[in-house]
Amino acid sequence: MSHHIFGLTKRINSIKFALLSPDEIRRMSAVKVITADTYDDDGFPIDKGLMDLHMGVIEPGLRCKTCGGKVDECPGHFGHIELAMPVIHVGFVKNIKNYLDATCRECGRIKLKDDEIEIYKQKIEEAKKMGASPLELMLITKKIIEDAASRPICPHCGAEQKKITLDKPTTFREEGRKLTPKEIRERLERIPDEDLPLLGINPETARPEWMVLTVLPVPPVNVRPTITLETGERSEDDLTHKLVDIIRINQRLRENRDSGAPQLIIEDLWELLQYHVTTYFDNQTSGIPPARHRSGRPLKTLVQRLKGKEGRFRSNLSGKRVNFSARTVISPEPFLSINEVGVPEAAARELTVPITVTEYNIEKMREIVRRGSNPKGDKYVPGANYVIRPDGRRIKITDRNAEDVAKKLDIGWVVERHLIDGDVVLFNRQPSLHRMSMMGHLVRVMPNRTFRFNLAVCPPYNADFDGDEMNLHVLQSEEARAEAKILMLVQEHILSPRFGGPIIGGIHDHITAMFLLTHKNPKFTKEQAIHMLSYLDYDELPEPHKDENGNEFYYGKELFSLILPKDLNMEFKSKICDPSVCNNKCVHEACPIDAYVVIRNGKLVAGTIDENAIGSMKGKLLDRIAKRGSDEARKFIDNMTRLAVGVISYRGFTSGIDDEDIPEEAIIQIHEIIKESIKKTDELIELYKQGLLQPAPGRSVEETLEMEIMRVLAHARDEAGKIASKHLGLENSSVIMARSGARASMLNLSQMAGSIGQQSVRGQRLHRGYQDRTLPHFKRGDLGALARGFVESSYKKGLSPTEYFFHSMGGREGLVDTAVRTSRSGYMQRRLINALEDLKVIEDRKVVDTAGNVVQFLYGEDGVDPTRSSGGENVDMDEILTDVLGEKYLLRRRK
Amino acid sequence: MVRFDVLEHELVPEHYLVPKEEEEKILKELGVKKENLPRIKKSDAVLRVLERKYGHIPVGSLIKIVRKSPTAGRITVYRVVVRD
Repeated sequence: MSHHIFGLTKRINSIKFALLSPDEIRRMSAVKVITADTYDDDGFPIDKGLMDLHMGVIEPGLRCKTCGGKVDECPGHFGHIELAMPVIHVGFVKNIKNYLDATCRECGRIKLKDDEIEIYKQKIEEAKKMGASPLELMLITKKIIEDAASRPICPHCGAEQKKITLDKPTTFREEGRKLTPKEIRERLERIPDEDLPLLGINPETARPEWMVLTVLPVPPVNVRPTITLETGERSEDDLTHKLVDIIRINQRLRENRDSGAPQLIIEDLWELLQYHVTTYFDNQTSGIPPARHRSGRPLKTLVQRLKGKEGRFRSNLSGKRVNFSARTVISPEPFLSINEVGVPEAAARELTVPITVTEYNIEKMREIVRRGSNPKGDKYVPGANYVIRPDGRRIKITDRNAEDVAKKLDIGWVVERHLIDGDVVLFNRQPSLHRMSMMGHLVRVMPNRTFRFNLAVCPPYNADFDGDEMNLHVLQSEEARAEAKILMLVQEHILSPRFGGPIIGGIHDHITAMFLLTHKNPKFTKEQAIHMLSYLDYDELPEPHKDENGNEFYYGKELFSLILPKDLNMEFKSKICDPSVCNNKCVHEACPIDAYVVIRNGKLVAGTIDENAIGSMKGKLLDRIAKRGSDEARKFIDNMTRLAVGVISYRGFTSGIDDEDIPEEAIIQIHEIIKESIKKTDELIELYKQGLLQPAPGRSVEETLEMEIMRVLAHARDEAGKIASKHLGLENSSVIMARSGARASMLNLSQMAGSIGQQSVRGQRLHRGYQDRTLPHFKRGDLGALARGFVESSYKKGLSPTEYFFHSMGGREGLVDTAVRTSRSGYMQRRLINALEDLKVIEDRKVVDTAGNVVQFLYGEDGVDPTRSSGGENVDMDEILTDVLGEKYLLRRRK
Repeated sequence: MVRFDVLEHELVPEHYLVPKEEEEKILKELGVKKENLPRIKKSDAVLRVLERKYGHIPVGSLIKIVRKSPTAGRITVYRVVVRD
């Protein structure tokens, strides 16, 4: 039934692979190529040359001598070269070896007794009846060949067999004596048709001797076109070059053979011909040097055209270049909605949307066509580049014919008009690792030359603005636009299927700004409040408060509440929550550090809005709003990011290295701690040297020592960090960023202010370098902290020369790790995608492949879509009860 | 004689043979044809243990497997016995 819907009436049942016989090559050949030349002095293809007009035309004006077609009409025709002596086809060397091994050198029969042959034949028949795959059949064949090859004497004629070895890539030897391709061909010819099925050959489609070439097909010129440079110089395709070589050597070989030249010379030429034919097929055959162009570049021959990432399959068939796409640098624009993308005018005039002219839009379309392909004026107005007539003719619109075409425009024509605001496009950043790497956006045509989008959309694309470029595709059909709008629009991807939480949300400054706006509920004058709210589309202010002097003011939490949905109730802990403040006994809205968020009926009553509320990947508030619907979520994120920009640009926010200034006594204290720890490691080493160190269970004494030292030094760094952070309060910009989750961590800060700590390679203290020491600055066998990569300095103070070196060692590992990880995970991803690409979830939530085979009886075994679940569960009772009962439930839950 | 019962191993899920008369009902419930089910080879170690319990298990029989699942707790899947 579905066949009718998709117009699919035929299915491929099987594909048969066969060998070309010499006869067939000659039959399909349009010309026997005998000269190695291509063109004569007038630039005309030479008869019986490699560019013979029988093999197709590539020059306009000429006609194919085989079919009479012109350039685009003639598909090209094969020619052929008669080889003077047979040569082996590199692609079949392994098969030839198998056949020589498995058959008798005298009588050509497979070296199995008649009854054995019968048994094997039955086995194959049975497997075929069972519907065995080609791979399974191949395994049976392999076994048969192995069995037959192991016989030292032919069971049919009793001839003694000799061992044949393969000298890569194409030389066969029988007990040291070289076998010529001619001899090999003769042997293969002797194998009777009846034995072929046992060798995995269908005698109806192939004969083993066809794997030794006597005739070489010459591909049509369309496959190897001549390139003419502007200078008029011609340059031939690599394949043509290779064919020239083959014909030349072939000619010389024939002449020498016919004139009765010495065997040695003939053999040399024969081998040379073999080399050329081999490299013609595969120029990366191991064991022989690749054939090179005059410039020294290796030639791209047949196998090279197909294989690998740049080959025909991966680069031209699985993936193609497309029209109606654009690529440029990206930059941020907080005043765009997350759904939008800013498109430069220049790009908008190149990219077009086809609009069918109807009686309802004909006037509008006439107007657009009249403007031509490059409308003037300050304001961007759409023009059109082409119109398509109902007969399929494309008319390019120029300034000259615009008026004319507009007049002729009629119902049923198609106008390719420029992009306008609101058009649906696909936006993509490579590497496209998940579905959020390509999302639907609505166009906003803008001045300048970059694509622009809201910062909250950086995480799904993994984009930043240090020079990243992105691609944009304009949809060309109504169906595609509808799908993109419903399924691919950014707002439909706020929740990630990876972890069921929001992947689109506040980053960096958004989090800092919301922290500044809400933490400890600061007061803002009416003026300030209006300024910050002017970034939003609000025209009404709430009733202001009045201080003792009668000045009007607003609370920060109040301003934030403006963007919350009016009926929202929830409670959660902020990122800045520190259980040590309240001794693990949460006091809720009474929290001394304002770290318990309470939202009642859309009002932020208490708590600080930080990463845990609005952050991408973490934001609980976002998660909650996103589950209420994508429109509401989009509005919230748009407002939130705008408000954040308003707050942070009004208040101002800056950070410098002086953020990490700590008082002198703190520095001394840190020194003290580190000195103490180094002393402690020395004591441990002393203990170890005296043999008094007790090994931990399952570890050697040395391992125990290393562990202990690592523990002590890590502790030292943490303590130094603690002292440093004691002097770095929440009035400090760097600390605000670290604690609110906007960027960096307290560890980063303590490494700047306190001490960098132990460097490691492969999770161990540094130990490699010179004999028994890391650097010649230390004594041999020194296990002390400083000799094994402990960096006591801070980034701010600067590192000593040895510390700097150790730090580089640790840093290098990080770099190597990321390099290795990306390439390896990329390959893993490719394999996974190839294995999973056409699995689908059907109506009853079964996961099946294209043949209907069941992969999972219920998607994910529980049938739950992570983006529609609550932390992986079907329902979140807390959430439902809060929605229904509101505050009452939240208060009761605390008990 | 089989010395070791693989079903006793904690990493091997529970396996049961589905009685012939229930097969049709289960397939209908699942909405799958037998050839589209996942397979289990006749030579599978588990089948050797099951055969001790149920006697000969012909090719084409249905095996019910109850597994632990990190998402759903316990989950039942079916496999059809195939020749190897």
